[in-house]
Amino acid sequence: MIKRLARCVREYRPYALLTPVLVLLEVAMDILLPMLMAVIIDSGIQQGDPRMIGKMSLGLLGCTFLALVFGVLSGQTASIASAGFAKNVRHDLYYNLQTFSFESIDRFSTSSLITRMTTDVDYLQQAFQMSIRITVRAPFMLAFSLIMAFHINHRLSLVFLAVLPVLGLLMYLIMSRAHPIFETVFKMYDKLNTVVQENLRGIRVVKSYVREEHEIQKFQRTSQDIYVTFSRAQKLVSCIMPLMQLCMFGCSLILSWMGGRLIVFGEMTTGMLVSLLSYAFQILISLMMLAMVFMMLVISKASAQRVVEVLEEKTDLHSPDAPVTQVRDGSIRFENVGFSYAKDAKKLALKDVNLTIQSGETVGILGGTGAAKTTLVQLIPRLYDVTQGKLLVGGVDVRDYDLSALREQVAMVLQKNELFSGTIKENLRWGNQDASDQELEYVCKLACAHEFIQTFPTGYDTYIEQGGTNVSGGQKQRLCIARALLKKPKILILDDSTSAVDTKTDARIRQAFAQEIPDTTKLIITQRAASVEHADKIVVLDEGEIADIGSHEELMERCNIYREVYTSQQKGGGVDETV
Amino acid sequence: MRQSRQSPGPRGGFSRGQSLQETKGNMVRLFKYMARYKVHLILVAVFILVNAYAMVQGNLFLQTLIDQHILPLTQVENPDFSRMLGAILRMAGLYLIGVGASFAYNRVMVVVSQGTQKQIRDELFAHMQRLPLRYFDTHTHGDLMSRYTNDIDTLRQLLSQSIPQLLSSGVSLLFVFVAMLTVSLPLTGLVVAMVFVMTKMVGRVGGSSARYFVKQQEVLGSLNGYIEEMTHGQKVVKVFCYEEQAKEKFDALNQELCAAATQANRLANSLMPLMMNLGNIQYVLIAIVGGLLAIGGVGGLTLGGIASFLQLSRAFSGPIGQVSQQINSVIMALAGAGRIFQLMDEAPEEDSGSVTLVNACYRQDGTLQECEERTSLWAWKQPHDDGSVTYHKLEGDVRFDKVDFAYVEDKPVLHDISLFAKPGQKVAFVGATGAGKTTITNLINRFYDLSQGKILYDGIDITRMKKADLRRSLGVVLQDTNLFTGTVMENIRYGRLDASDEEVYAAAKLAGAHGFIRRLPQGYDTLIDGDGSELSQGQRQLISIARAAVADPPVMILDEATSSIDTRTESIVQRGMDSLMTGRTTFVIAHRLSTVRNSDVIMVLELGRIIERGSHQELIAQGGKYHQLYTGAFELE
Repeated sequence: MIKRLARCVREYRPYALLTPVLVLLEVAMDILLPMLMAVIIDSGIQQGDPRMIGKMSLGLLGCTFLALVFGVLSGQTASIASAGFAKNVRHDLYYNLQTFSFESIDRFSTSSLITRMTTDVDYLQQAFQMSIRITVRAPFMLAFSLIMAFHINHRLSLVFLAVLPVLGLLMYLIMSRAHPIFETVFKMYDKLNTVVQENLRGIRVVKSYVREEHEIQKFQRTSQDIYVTFSRAQKLVSCIMPLMQLCMFGCSLILSWMGGRLIVFGEMTTGMLVSLLSYAFQILISLMMLAMVFMMLVISKASAQRVVEVLEEKTDLHSPDAPVTQVRDGSIRFENVGFSYAKDAKKLALKDVNLTIQSGETVGILGGTGAAKTTLVQLIPRLYDVTQGKLLVGGVDVRDYDLSALREQVAMVLQKNELFSGTIKENLRWGNQDASDQELEYVCKLACAHEFIQTFPTGYDTYIEQGGTNVSGGQKQRLCIARALLKKPKILILDDSTSAVDTKTDARIRQAFAQEIPDTTKLIITQRAASVEHADKIVVLDEGEIADIGSHEELMERCNIYREVYTSQQKGGGVDETV
Repeated sequence: MRQSRQSPGPRGGFSRGQSLQETKGNMVRLFKYMARYKVHLILVAVFILVNAYAMVQGNLFLQTLIDQHILPLTQVENPDFSRMLGAILRMAGLYLIGVGASFAYNRVMVVVSQGTQKQIRDELFAHMQRLPLRYFDTHTHGDLMSRYTNDIDTLRQLLSQSIPQLLSSGVSLLFVFVAMLTVSLPLTGLVVAMVFVMTKMVGRVGGSSARYFVKQQEVLGSLNGYIEEMTHGQKVVKVFCYEEQAKEKFDALNQELCAAATQANRLANSLMPLMMNLGNIQYVLIAIVGGLLAIGGVGGLTLGGIASFLQLSRAFSGPIGQVSQQINSVIMALAGAGRIFQLMDEAPEEDSGSVTLVNACYRQDGTLQECEERTSLWAWKQPHDDGSVTYHKLEGDVRFDKVDFAYVEDKPVLHDISLFAKPGQKVAFVGATGAGKTTITNLINRFYDLSQGKILYDGIDITRMKKADLRRSLGVVLQDTNLFTGTVMENIRYGRLDASDEEVYAAAKLAGAHGFIRRLPQGYDTLIDGDGSELSQGQRQLISIARAAVADPPVMILDEATSSIDTRTESIVQRGMDSLMTGRTTFVIAHRLSTVRNSDVIMVLELGRIIERGSHQELIAQGGKYHQLYTGAFELE
């Protein structure tokens, strides 16, 4: 895990390595201070020698100045290294995400991917910066101070050897108890945030059912849990400060007592005692720092794990070594195709699909909820790989194509579609970066989007809010269709993409397709039988299997499911009311 | 313990900046919350004082020890250490009290900080629940969400770390300062001068660091926003082979953030060594000046005095360093607090209604009276000015009288809408997207208030009704199903919290959801996520219909409820829906004309006006827009 993350340091390696060195130098300077101070007190003040004071103080000032320089420099290098590290981690995460298959996206879930790329990276950045500064500083400070203390008087310094392990153990006990509680607390925070998020999304439902109080109570229950648990953790941690003080006071008193005696017997000087006390202070402070850093690192371990999971996710959808880069035509053939999301041949979502579609045909796909309509079409641009059998596009197995070449030719309008913040033009140009304004207008006319875009004061330059919240559902769908058309694909797949479009417009869009892009193979998934009534071919799916294929007339004759669907939408027969 | 993330949402608040006035105001407000723990705070103050006193005495003790015990003892032949031991033991006692006080105030402070956080958290959510729908329309979820995540997070940092530290640092500073004065006036002067230099430096560095931090937060906000948006649309990115372009913009933002973060941290990282080493320089200067003073015999400074003063100067620059480190997070937290308070200051949904909905039953004489238990009968309870109360049976008669409405002033979306629905009637709205169908139904349950005209419900103006009671009498099935994390059972029961299991089953059966629910792994106890991603769109819709069914309201609003259920499921739903609709006034918005044909009346809307109205047969006979819509297919294809 550490190894993978360490690979992200890359070009910032010199800074990352330089930082501990600088920190080390700074610590060395800091350590010298009390030592020199002892000389000043003993040989200068006590002996009343101003020259000595002058000499030593030059040394002291030199030391502090150097410490300052090293300290500031290490701060600089640390910030460069850690910001760079975070940049690289984010970069690697995001780039790897781009290679993710749909399956990986599903498995990680969007919100978890976002957290990993934002919050988790932030924690890692902080942890990294800490590691190269404080994690170096604290132990060195501790070690150096101890050495110096022993150097001054090893008998007195034994006090530290007695106190340190006890303090260390106590702190470890507190931390190891507090840590799981903190983990729990953060999980509770997640839960709390879920409640808020659901309420934001479902505010209309909450208000309609007058469930404000109910929701507030739900929130407060979790909030109360956090209060109780967090307090418990905080109380544990709050013992650290007094504990530190206790040790510090204890040490200094013992040192005072024993040191005082030694001075009286002439075995030690006053200056030594003063510097010993300074070292005692430094030793305990560095121990506390160490404990804090330890805690930080343990907490960020979870973040590191989550980040590495994404970094190491390998997609199994690759372009082959010698890929086919041209899609000849828009013909599609399924040969005994079986598919399972779990890659388990026993849990097939699609079974024994055999289907041949000629280039330029319009094919309707109908079926109940869970009939695997979406699953079927997602195999065509190779968003998932078939589990069994073979799928040919333009006469070539989809697995032999260069992935982007294939997807360039297969435009798919997803059921859950997204617009992005930016102008309408920018959104449309997803389909083709270099499209001219005329081309944009043309596809928008085809998708019946031109008319409403024109009613906007700023027309095609109208800014779409994140998630397309400032256009209606039907408008959004039409923009998504236009965007797909701009690709001039050989195959166009509409996955229930006109459900929010009113029937009249729906019909006009289909008519435009028939007239303007006759050579494009069009696959239309829909709930409205009338939408596909005039298709060349209608595929009826039922629980992952093809129940029947045929024209409207044929299916009316022999397919129960189709007849049922069609007549239920006709209710009363006569005219086709669904347009 | 965990360093807070401190990043505002995509539309973060730091960019707006905060005036000093506001910062002060937020601080005062925050203290008001903490002031609820008066006794606790007083205790904390007392304990901090005791602790600081013990600390300072400890630092001064060195002087006593050296000057009064050690040095005199070196002069005598057979030193007697008992007096020194006594002094040390007395000090030990004082220390123990100090440690006890520290333990106590740390503990008490936990209660204050956690309690305050909980209080603010709860109030924030409770207040949000009471905001009008308009507020949610005009604020993005990300923006609101970031108040719960980032802002509360910074607040947590402030309350559980910064404030306690600032308090104890402040008190320590004061005590140490007094102690220093007692030891040596000239040296104290030196310290004051140094502190002046220090604060100047900190102000300089800290000031520009704060600016860069703001910049960092801004860029972080936009990068996180970008990541969020693109990841949500990742499937679209894949389908459009848009990976390379997505990377491009990401790289630019990422680079920008790296630069800003480097810049901000550079300064912040320099702060600590700067402070520490300035502290060291001060330490050295004291030794030198003190030494010279002692040698020259100025100001009666003794060796012990210098030793003590050295300790004191450490104890003085320590807290200053701590305070300076906290400043950034305090400023950020106060900005966060500002955003939280801002939301709390939003005007809640107004509800001046006095008419309430009560369970009713008939008296012997056939008049209505209120009763305790749930009956199948409901009544509007109308209090009058003269103190009398009348009851009016809830029937579900809805009338619009010349209603105009605009979401944004001067941009009316509904014009002069008048219509009536008698109890049990089914009214359907038909029209293109944006014609105002959904808006009409949003007015009935008073999600929005009218600009002009009025709506009467059972003859009572709906503005006179209590909103909660009005909404309770209306069942709603929305286009977005919005289920909540919990079991299927809980989700259906959302419609009526006291519904029994049997009633839930019955409602599910009515909606046609019972079948598929039983086939779920844990049946009714199957856990679903908030977005219900384990269920298909259709199944979610069935559950939301069951949810409305269990509420059993006299009036139903069905907003495009059936549009994404497949036809076979739909026929099941339709049957359930029909029985749900019988005896209820129903408003339907649907794209499929088949679902509206058997309505009592169909309203055809265009650009916010009712252009045609009547039954299916009447409208067809009229040969207008409805007829065109209805027969449009043949003209088009």
